[in-house]
Amino acid sequence: MRFVNTIKVALRALRRSAMRSILTALGIIIGVAAVIAMVSIGNGAKSQVEASIASLGQNILLVFPGTANTGGMRGGWGSASTLTVEDALAIQHEVAGVVNVSPEMRDRSQVLANGLNWNTQVLGEDVSYLDIRIWSISDGEMFSEADVRSAAKACVIGRTVVNQLFPDSDPIGQTLRIRNIPFKVVGVLAPKGFNFRGDDQDDVVIIPYTSHLKRLARRPNLNSILVQATSPDDMPRVQQDITDLLQQRRSGREPDFTVRSQLEIAEAATATSKTMTVLLAAIAGVSLIVGGIGIMNIMLVSVTERTREIGIRLAVGAHGRDVLLQFLVEAIILSVMGGALGILLGIGASQLVSKLNNWPVLVSTSAIVGAVAFSAVIGIFFGFYPARKAARLDPIEALRYE
Amino acid sequence: MAAVVQLDEIHKIYDSGEVPVHAVRGVTLTIAAGEFVAIMGASGSGKSTLMNLLGCLDRPSRGRYLLDGTDVSALDRNQLADLRNQKLGFVFQGFNLLSRTTARENVELPMLYGRRAFTSREVRERALRSLDIVGLSQRADHFPSQLSGGQQQRVAIARALINEPQILLADEPTGNLDSKTSVEIMGVFQKLNEQGITIVMVTHELDIAHYCKRNLIMRDGRLVSDVAVEQRLSAAAEMQKILAAESAAKLTA
Ligand SMILES: Nc1ncnc2c1ncn2[C@@H]1O[C@H](COP(=O)(O)OP(=O)(O)OP(=O)(O)O)[C@@H](O)[C@H]1O
Ligand SMILES: [Mg+2]
Repeated sequence: MRFVNTIKVALRALRRSAMRSILTALGIIIGVAAVIAMVSIGNGAKSQVEASIASLGQNILLVFPGTANTGGMRGGWGSASTLTVEDALAIQHEVAGVVNVSPEMRDRSQVLANGLNWNTQVLGEDVSYLDIRIWSISDGEMFSEADVRSAAKACVIGRTVVNQLFPDSDPIGQTLRIRNIPFKVVGVLAPKGFNFRGDDQDDVVIIPYTSHLKRLARRPNLNSILVQATSPDDMPRVQQDITDLLQQRRSGREPDFTVRSQLEIAEAATATSKTMTVLLAAIAGVSLIVGGIGIMNIMLVSVTERTREIGIRLAVGAHGRDVLLQFLVEAIILSVMGGALGILLGIGASQLVSKLNNWPVLVSTSAIVGAVAFSAVIGIFFGFYPARKAARLDPIEALRYE
Repeated sequence: MAAVVQLDEIHKIYDSGEVPVHAVRGVTLTIAAGEFVAIMGASGSGKSTLMNLLGCLDRPSRGRYLLDGTDVSALDRNQLADLRNQKLGFVFQGFNLLSRTTARENVELPMLYGRRAFTSREVRERALRSLDIVGLSQRADHFPSQLSGGQQQRVAIARALINEPQILLADEPTGNLDSKTSVEIMGVFQKLNEQGITIVMVTHELDIAHYCKRNLIMRDGRLVSDVAVEQRLSAAAEMQKILAAESAAKLTA
């Protein structure tokens, strides 16, 4: 009863100065909103990256030309490409624990069909590419080993390309022209969606790497080599073996290639966003503390303003504890309500950001629980000193206070 | 009759300032249940200090104070608060109501800090009954700023009464009121006293003291006079006279 009354009294006092209460809580509102938004957006981005790294395939190693510098993947790989088909074959045959190898070529080209044209990514791959990427054909079939051997003019195309070039006809068996070279569409890929960089993975034409080398690129070097290992435990060994093998094949020349595992690629991709998230969350945390100090400030003013009220309460029998609780509850209500409003605002903000960036929102319950707990702790921490000050007042002096 | 208040050589020395002030210098006093005492004296003679001691708002520097048989000097802060809550009702010169809080809620205040748990209905009913005693049940939902001085003081009396105290202490309850309103308040006190509540009040005005049964006079922290009131005034009768005089003035005007 006594406790319930105390809460009622605190609530009434807050309601009486609603504007001031809201302004006081604003620091907490913004702080909590920022924390929630940061964590949600960060989580969303992270899950997106993880999903697309996983969709890269299982136990993947990537060999690309050029030595890696600290930043990880370099822009424009393949520009000074020195990887060869022979390198790929050597990996396939000489490294133990390798399931699949696909030499890769890639560039962007204008693709024509049906009098329509579309700029898309043209990949040169081996047949095993689809197995490595855990990708499937929804219509028709993949080009064959024989097509690869003969550098056939066959291709499989992604859903986006189908929509752009064959809006109302069955693409299977039709011809599309890449740089004026006709390729026969033998299959349509199952839709795969966007990857972590926001690229449309269905906006693709895949042809045999041999065809790409011979007919489009007209050079002997590959853009990269995609390798799939048998088991995740084997990855470090396979990575080392590939490095040794390629180094040996280069007999003493400076290494001009880099072998990366899927994990390293993922880490490189998430590292920046992780740093950003931590940084922004830290800033948000600071604003929470500033919000708490704001509450303490207002509570101190409030205690001074209400000295007489405190005196009256003490005179009619309130214990110091009752007064302490009254002001503490006020501070906690302020900060927890601020926290609640902040959560709503934070969810709204992350939803908005996710809409703009095509990310999924992952509003984590732990972030919400954490924010509420943290703002309650802020309320207790910053409310305690003013409340104790009120509780320790001498009734006669408080009554005499003008 | 049983002694409600027993003061034995009570001293109060304020030593917060540069020079210690000896505000109460050895007061010995017994007040029995049902008494109606007025304390008078010059400004600074220690009346308020004595009232604060009686009201357990402050502790004596020396001496023994038995309130209803309990030795108050042995009690801690919280026990004193409970004592104020249960056995004492305090009325101040400046009313000391919570602003922006209705009359009824002001009256309920001591019940919030009582030892017994009441339902909000019980609290409300008792507050209204208490307001009824001082004749203000119609104004229960008014804020102090919407009430006259006399009405505010009656709300304060209702608040002092709500926990059915044994003693009502009032420090210059009519100090801020005009003479007619003062008579009104004394009428309330006389009625309460007739119902058996012990009342101790401080006043500057001799005629107000004549509504009481016993008059004490303080000088320099000591009690110098303690007499029973011989020709006691009745607030009801005085009010009749005032009203008659008023209507006579109106008739002649
Ligand atoms: N808190 C205090 N600290 C120091 N001295 C005090 C304090 N309160 C009162 N005094 C002193 O004690 C003496 C008695 O004061 P008290 O208020 O009891 O007088 P009083 O009889 O009520 O006077 P008044 O009729 O003007 O109200 C005064 O000299 C006053 O200055
Ligand atoms: Mg005084």
